[in-house]
Amino acid sequence: MAGKNWMPRWFYQLASPRWCYQITGKLLPGFVVATLLLITIGTVWGLAFAPQDYQQGNSFRIIYLHVPAAYMAQSIYMTMALAGAIGLIWKMKVADMVAKSCAPIGASLAVLALATGAIWGKPTWGSYWVWDARLTSMLILLFLYLGIIALNSAIESESTAAQSTAVLALVGLVNIPIIKYSVDWWNTLHQPATFKITERPAMPPDMWIPLLILVIGFYCFFAVTLMMRLRNEIIRRERRAGWVRELLMQQRG
Amino acid sequence: MNAQRKQRLTLVLMIIFGSGVAVALVAYALSQNINLFYSPSQISMGEAPADTRIRAGGIVVEGSIRRDPASLKVEFDITDYAHSTTVQYVGILPDLFREGQGIVAQGLLDQDGRLVASEVLAKHDENYMSPEVAAALAAAGEMPHMPPTAGKGY
Amino acid sequence: MSFDSFSDFLAMGGHALYVWSCFALGLIVLLGNVVAPMIERKKIIAEQLRRIRREEAQS
Repeated sequence: MAGKNWMPRWFYQLASPRWCYQITGKLLPGFVVATLLLITIGTVWGLAFAPQDYQQGNSFRIIYLHVPAAYMAQSIYMTMALAGAIGLIWKMKVADMVAKSCAPIGASLAVLALATGAIWGKPTWGSYWVWDARLTSMLILLFLYLGIIALNSAIESESTAAQSTAVLALVGLVNIPIIKYSVDWWNTLHQPATFKITERPAMPPDMWIPLLILVIGFYCFFAVTLMMRLRNEIIRRERRAGWVRELLMQQRG
Repeated sequence: MNAQRKQRLTLVLMIIFGSGVAVALVAYALSQNINLFYSPSQISMGEAPADTRIRAGGIVVEGSIRRDPASLKVEFDITDYAHSTTVQYVGILPDLFREGQGIVAQGLLDQDGRLVASEVLAKHDENYMSPEVAAALAAAGEMPHMPPTAGKGY
Repeated sequence: MSFDSFSDFLAMGGHALYVWSCFALGLIVLLGNVVAPMIERKKIIAEQLRRIRREEAQS
């Protein structure tokens, strides 16, 4: 068949839990080091060395946590929906495991983004919470995560659970562009995006470089914690496989 | 890609497309209700209801702030550079409240089209800068206004 | 350095409560996301080793 080999080889290797377990084991230390370095440098720079904002003073520094957390909550959702779709289409077990592992990480970062936003809102806007389009759509994202986690744990059969959560994740995907464009489409209290692809950031480099470092650091952090959860999931689901048994025996020493 | 996978891929795309259309329709139907606030233009054209609590948003007009010396009562105009609305408020204004700043006020419209506010929130933009840069820009007369893109209606 | 002294840094220009509560929360979320899978891993491995031992005892 002509269309048989249109996917690269690594894509099919990904389907092998054993190969995934090994490759994530090799990648993990590098990502841990990168995460530690980037988050430490970014936080120290952002908290102590970046200048304060001319209007907000030092409460502006909350941006260094709020923006990366909000980016990650959305990126993780897209990763989860993509993995879910791959699991649905190719019946790939590893993709289902990735999707399942994404949900709790994404939920925790959505909570962080909402909480830091609320704490930041008090001194700058004068209110912890306003039902504007950006804040509400972000809250819906958190509920989607919670719904996906609940649905996944409510269904006994692992493949049925993966299928249902993938469908729910795909339906919820429509919320992502709504979050992104809510500040442009409607009157909101929330300010427009800090980073735009088409323009230079409106703030000086001393302010946006640490923010960029932290965003990249958070992506690395996501890679670390996703790989850790994925490896757990692989061991749990492949417990009957010979290679997992060998691995367990090595642990026994 | 075999036929079955193609079928499932189509299904996935249909789910995304279908939910997208559904949500787009709902958002379109609700588009006015999703707006957090009315702009002064919308208020002056009578688009804002008179007897319910509404929010109005705009830029505080320079030199329009009139404080009552005896109380916390304050009156100011907000504008979207086309029309303006007067806001009356009693209470402590947020830190970021100042002339040229975007704000959102919640309250009732009175007969004269004035907003009697019970809550005033400060809106801020994405133009973060250090105090030194802000001072230099202000000295050069190039301080950025709240941009017209900062929320539709500004 | 945008602060004159360490106590200035801690005070965050009067916004200490807001800034530090955010970063404390951030630390909790980040650490939680690393510690939870570590505990989970220990639990899974112990569970599976118990199962293997049980099966070995039966045969």
